[in-house]
Amino acid sequence: MANFSHGDQTFKILAGILAGSALAILFVAGYTLLTGALPVLQTFGTYFFIGTNWNPVVGREIFGALPYLLGTLVTSAIALIIGVPISLGIAIFLSEMSPRRVSVPISYLVELLAAVPSVVYGLWGVFVFRFYVIDYIEKPLSDYLGWIPTFSGTPFGLDVLSAGIILSIMIIPTVSSISREIITAVPNSIREGAYSIGATRWEVIRNWVITYGRSGIFGAVILGLGRAVGETMAVTMVIGNTVGPAAVPTSLLKGGQTMASLIANGFIEASPGTLEISAYIGIGLLLMIVALIINIAAQVLVTRVLKVKGGAVE
Amino acid sequence: MQSNHTEKMSSLGLSAWYGEKQALVNVSISMKANSVTAIIGPSGCGKSTYIRCLNRMHELVPKATVTGQVLLDKEDIYGPGVDPVMIRRRVGMVFQKPNPFPTMSIYDNVAAGLKLTGMRRGKSLDDIVKSSLEQAGLWDEVKYDLKKPGTSVSGGQQQRLCIARAIALQPEVILMDEPCSALDPVATAKIEGLMASLKEKYTVVVVTHNMQQASRVADFTAFLYLGKLIEYDETTKIFENPKEDLTERYITGKFG
Repeated sequence: MANFSHGDQTFKILAGILAGSALAILFVAGYTLLTGALPVLQTFGTYFFIGTNWNPVVGREIFGALPYLLGTLVTSAIALIIGVPISLGIAIFLSEMSPRRVSVPISYLVELLAAVPSVVYGLWGVFVFRFYVIDYIEKPLSDYLGWIPTFSGTPFGLDVLSAGIILSIMIIPTVSSISREIITAVPNSIREGAYSIGATRWEVIRNWVITYGRSGIFGAVILGLGRAVGETMAVTMVIGNTVGPAAVPTSLLKGGQTMASLIANGFIEASPGTLEISAYIGIGLLLMIVALIINIAAQVLVTRVLKVKGGAVE
Repeated sequence: MQSNHTEKMSSLGLSAWYGEKQALVNVSISMKANSVTAIIGPSGCGKSTYIRCLNRMHELVPKATVTGQVLLDKEDIYGPGVDPVMIRRRVGMVFQKPNPFPTMSIYDNVAAGLKLTGMRRGKSLDDIVKSSLEQAGLWDEVKYDLKKPGTSVSGGQQQRLCIARAIALQPEVILMDEPCSALDPVATAKIEGLMASLKEKYTVVVVTHNMQQASRVADFTAFLYLGKLIEYDETTKIFENPKEDLTERYITGKFG
């Protein structure tokens, strides 16, 4: 007996250390980013957050992160606007409408979308998808709505809109599979109650299932947003990578830059010990803060709904 | 004494399946207007399946099928062109476990069915909500809490809220699927009392595994066993002088 409990104790400590290491890594990363970003924050102060110029040339350095923060927000917003309705449609179809023999293989396929490496999406975006975007989306937008600043510019396919569309595809597996779980967790007694008072299938889904699961579905959307915000490689390959004031996403049909793509593009050329390195680290810090907030919010919302399963008697 | 009742609803040769598994075999029962009909039988005898066929809820289960007829005012609810939504408005249902809508207030729980018919908020909706809650014997207990969630009240109150929700649509028939099985004796007594008053306006069909309950509330009782109707008669005859040996053995507790 003594031996067993001794082993248990060791195992408990070991597991505790391993679990704690995840937390430690987070803190070390946060600390490193903070100290690394300090020089640029001290030099430029608030300009780093609201400025638009970016010049790494030694002696003329100036670093403003605003265009990339906006680039991240705008591309993520496009991703949500396109990706969320599609994901919800998939989730509703798979959980409420299709028979099991259809829903099981389709859910696998949708989740496989998440297994495609980001760089492959990027390659596909650059060599294939881009031209469809030019012909079928950007040219019509430019021809008919080009007078609106948001759609001004020459359709080129490597721009904010392309990045947003690629991101929308990449968030579909996350949003749809979590929404499906949420919808499946809606107790059947609620559906039956709704049917019994004469609701149609569409009314049951819209007024009861979605309403019941709304905060969880919102959480799924936020998780998708988290993915879109941090996504780097595919975005870098299709967004056009402009720098400085030109990177402010004034038009969807112009090249842009996100925080993640800026770091991916620039870090190789920056030499150690310069303010430029500090600027990239500062961008990284900003990105991490945004991503952390989004992910924490999403986790809270999703787990809250998945926990409150079961019957109606409470 | 019930001979003056006219038939409100009936099943003719009703059979039901879940995929390959047959749950009901050729069940024919005639339910009289303004009476309580109890469906009794051991677990798995098909009694819940039976009343779910009466408002076309059975077909919501994947691969569930039905043959035979269910007549409501002499019209087959499984006939061509009959909309199950309209049937469910005429034939209300109360479930085994109270299932008020947790995202809706007490008021909205009762009003939900009417809102689906396009009725707007206003005096007449308020009136129906009030009278439905009154008929369900719940008004005095919740009249100051109409905005609280439907799930904020006790289990027995939740079940009466579900009855009010069904009543609000002014149905002709109310189906109750073991409505007291999740409730304590006090709440059960209230629901049983309600059944007696509800039959003045509606036709009530209640599934129960509790034979005392059937004998207390029902005018007619049908005994189902293994998906088949064994015996159907006035409740007093079923309990005092059953014709079938199987019925006698069931009500005397020799099996089940």
